[in-house]
Amino acid sequence: MLLKFIPDNTHFRFMRFRTISFPFSAVVFLVSIALFFSVGLNFGIDFKGGTVFEMKTNESPADIGGIREQLATLNLGDVQVQQFGAPDEVLVRVQEPEGGELAQQAVVSQVRETFGESVEFRRVEVVGPRVSGELAQAGMIAVSASLIVILFYIWFRFEWHFAVGAILTTINDIVVTVGLFVVLQLEFSLSSIAAILTIIGYSLNDTVVVYDRIRENLRRYKKTPLPELLDRSINEMLSRTVMTSVTTLLALLALYYFGGEVIRSFTLAMIFGVVIGTYSSIFLAAPFLIVLKLRASKVVGNDGDSGGSDKDAETASA
Amino acid sequence: MLYFARWKIVLIVLVILSGAVSTLPNFLSSDTLRGLPNWLPKNQIVLGLDLQGGAYLLYEVDRNDYVRKRLNTLVGDIRQRLRDDPRIGYTGLGVQADGAQVRIRDLTRLDEARQRLSELTNPLVANMFGGQAVEEFGMTVSDDGLIRFAYTEQGLSQRMSSIVQQSIEVIRLRLDEFGTTEPSIQRQGEDRILVEAPGEGDPERLKDLVGQTAQLTFHMVDQSMSAEQAMQSRPPVGSVVMYSPDDPPFPYLLEEAPLLSGEDLIDAQVSFNPETNEPVVNFRFNTSGARTFSVVTQRNVGRPFAIVLDNEVISAPVIREPITGGSGQISGDFTVESANDLAVLLRAGALPAKLTVVEERSIGPGLGQDSVDAGRVASLIGAALVIAFMVLAYGRFGVIADLALITNVLLIFGALTALQATLTLPGIAGIVLTIGMAVDANVLIFERIREEARAGRSAISAIDAGYSRALGTILDANITTLIAALILFQLGSGPIRGFAVTLAIGIFTTVFSAFTVSRLLVALWVRWQRPSHLPI
Repeated sequence: MLLKFIPDNTHFRFMRFRTISFPFSAVVFLVSIALFFSVGLNFGIDFKGGTVFEMKTNESPADIGGIREQLATLNLGDVQVQQFGAPDEVLVRVQEPEGGELAQQAVVSQVRETFGESVEFRRVEVVGPRVSGELAQAGMIAVSASLIVILFYIWFRFEWHFAVGAILTTINDIVVTVGLFVVLQLEFSLSSIAAILTIIGYSLNDTVVVYDRIRENLRRYKKTPLPELLDRSINEMLSRTVMTSVTTLLALLALYYFGGEVIRSFTLAMIFGVVIGTYSSIFLAAPFLIVLKLRASKVVGNDGDSGGSDKDAETASA
Repeated sequence: MLYFARWKIVLIVLVILSGAVSTLPNFLSSDTLRGLPNWLPKNQIVLGLDLQGGAYLLYEVDRNDYVRKRLNTLVGDIRQRLRDDPRIGYTGLGVQADGAQVRIRDLTRLDEARQRLSELTNPLVANMFGGQAVEEFGMTVSDDGLIRFAYTEQGLSQRMSSIVQQSIEVIRLRLDEFGTTEPSIQRQGEDRILVEAPGEGDPERLKDLVGQTAQLTFHMVDQSMSAEQAMQSRPPVGSVVMYSPDDPPFPYLLEEAPLLSGEDLIDAQVSFNPETNEPVVNFRFNTSGARTFSVVTQRNVGRPFAIVLDNEVISAPVIREPITGGSGQISGDFTVESANDLAVLLRAGALPAKLTVVEERSIGPGLGQDSVDAGRVASLIGAALVIAFMVLAYGRFGVIADLALITNVLLIFGALTALQATLTLPGIAGIVLTIGMAVDANVLIFERIREEARAGRSAISAIDAGYSRALGTILDANITTLIAALILFQLGSGPIRGFAVTLAIGIFTTVFSAFTVSRLLVALWVRWQRPSHLPI
C-alpha cells in the first residue's frame, strides 16, 4: 500500500487566499526590511572584517569565563566568546582592530601565544578590511546578477508576466530569508550568500514547475477564468510540490543534525528557504499573475486544442 | 519514450560503469592503488582545505611601501647625477606624493640637467612580444627650473606585475626548501598572491617563512660617535640608527649604504658552533661578493660590522682577521628551528617588496577530519531517509527512483574525481541537497504518469506520456538552479566554489539519471511485466 500524502483530486481554492496571503506577505516583507534597517544583520567577518578562532580546550565544558578574562588582558577591543558545537569547544570573535591588516596579524599571534599549547586551534580565520569590502560587493553582484539572468531566462521561455511574477516571488523569498537572519541574529557570511543563491534556485524551481503547468492549462482550457485555472494548476501540482519539499527537507534535516557546527546556520537558512519557497510558489507566484493581468489569449499557441480533453498525445511506442 | 535502441542501452551502461570506475579509487588504500594496472584511473577526490586541514593565505603587495622605497632610490639617483662633475646646483630635492621633484638653481643649465636626468625615467619593456616600451616615470620640466618625476600608471602596474611574479618565485623556492607538501602559489588580481598549503599544521611558521622580506645587508658600524649620542642629536650624514631584536632593543649606529647584500650570497646552511654548541648559519658569497668582502675585511680589521636582516641588527661581530675565503657565519640568538628558517630564507632570496596578509583561513587537521565524518554521516542518513520515503510513496517505482538516485550519487563522485574538482564541506552540503532535490525529477514524472492514468490512458501509454511531458518542466526547473550555481562559482572562493561545483554537477547527473537510468529501468520492467494497470 502506498502512502498518499495528498489525495488525488484536491480542489483547494488557493486564489481566494490571496486576500489573506498578499497582505500577510506584504507585512512580513515590510517587517523584514524594517528589521534589516533598524536591527541590522549580524555580519560575520567575511563582510565586516575581523578574526575568528575556534578552539578545543582540554576541559569539558570549556571555561568560557576564564578564556574571556585571559583575552581581556590583551586589550583586543570587542571580543565575543561562546560555546560552539561540542561542550569543550569555544568560538572567539575579535572585531577588526584599528590599524588594518598588520594589527590584525598581531592579534592572531597574540592570541595564539596566550593560549599556546593549552588549546587546539581548530580554525583561525582572518579577513582584512579590504577583502571584506570586496566580498560584500561580490555577494551583492552575485545575487543581483543571478536574478537578472534568471529573469531573462524565464522571459525567454514564458510570457513577461511569468518572469515578473517569478522575480517578485524570489525577491520576497530573499528579503524574508534575510529577515530571518536578522530575527535569529544568525551570522551572515559568505556561505549565507551561497544559501540565498540556493534558495533562489530552489524557489524558482518550484515556481517554474507551477508556471509550467499554468502555461499548459492556459493552452488547454481557454475559456476558464484565470483564478479558477490557477487553482486547478496548483492543485494538479500539489502532490509534487509537497513530495519534493519533503524529500529536500529530509536531506537538509539530516545535514542540520549530523553535518556539524560549521554549516549549521547555512543549512538552517536553506531549510527556511525551502519552506518559504514552497509557500511563495503557491500563494504568491500564481496570484501575482492575476495582479499582472495575464490573459489566456496572450499565451494561446497554434495547437488550437480547446476544451477539457488532451487526446492529442502521441501514441505509446513501447 | 519507452523504446531504447541497443546502442543506447550500451552507452548508458558505459557511462555508469565509467562513473563507478572513477569513483572506485576513493575506497581503496594507496597500497592497493599502486598494485592496480596502469590503465585504471587512480585519482582520488581532492579534498578542500576545510576538509583536510591546511592554510589559506592571501597576500597583498604593499604598494605604498614599495613606491616609497623606490622613490627614495630615485631621489638618491637624482642627487648623484646632479652632483657629478661638473656639479649642477639644485634645491628642494625630495619625495612628493607619488613622485619626486627637484629645482635647478641655474636656469641656464636646465637643459643639461634634463639630459643627465632623462635616463632615470627608466624605460621598461612592455612585454615579451616587444610592445612599445613604457617609461616607469614621466619627467616634466618647467621653465622655472622645476623638474618633476611622477609614476606613470602603466609603469607602476608593470612594476607591480613583475614584483608579484618575482615574489611568487621567491615564495616557491622558500616553500620547496621548507618541505611544505604540495603548496599552491597563485597570482590573484593585480597585486595579490594566494598561498595554499594543504595539511599545514603550523600556519604561524608558514607565515613567517612566506611573509618575511628577508633583506639581508652588511654594514660597517659608524664609530664616529656612540649610538646614544646619535639618537640624542642627529646621526651623521650617511649613517642611521638601527636596533637589535632584543628586548629592550639595543641601538647601533651604522653606515647607511650596505657593503654587501643577500643577493651576493650563493649558499646558507645551518651548523653548530663547536665551542658553545649553539646553532649558527654559515653562508658563502658569490665571486664578486667574496672579493668585496675580502677587501673590506682587510681594510677594517679590529672594527665591528653589522649583519642586518629587515632593518634589524641580528649580529655585530668585530672583524678579527681578513676573511678571504668568501664565507662567513651569523651567530645570533638562534634556536635550531629559527636558524634553519633563516638559512632557507637566505638561500631563496629576498622578497622584492613587503607582503601583507589580507585574508587568512587556517583549519586544523582535527576539524577537517571531523567535518569529513560529519559530512559522511549526514549524507548517508539523508540518503537513507529519502530512499525510504520514495519507496513508501511510490512502491516499485520508488525503488526505480532510488536506483536512479544511487546512480546519480555515483556519477557525482565519479565526475568530481575525474575532473579533480575540490570537494569542500559546503560541497558535501551541495551533494546532500542534490540527493533531496534529485528525486524531484522522478517525482514530476511519476505524478505526471498518475495524472495521465487518471485521465484514462492505459498503463504503458501513461508511462510514456509521463516521461515525455515532464521533460520540458524538468529542464526549465533545473536550468534556473544551474544559473544560480554558475554565478555562485564565479563569485566564490574555496569552500563556496566547491558547493557550486557539486550543485552544478548534480544538476547534470540528475537530469541524466532521470531520463536514462530511471526511464530505462521502467522500460525494462514494462517489457518484462506487460502491466495492465499502474502500481503507482
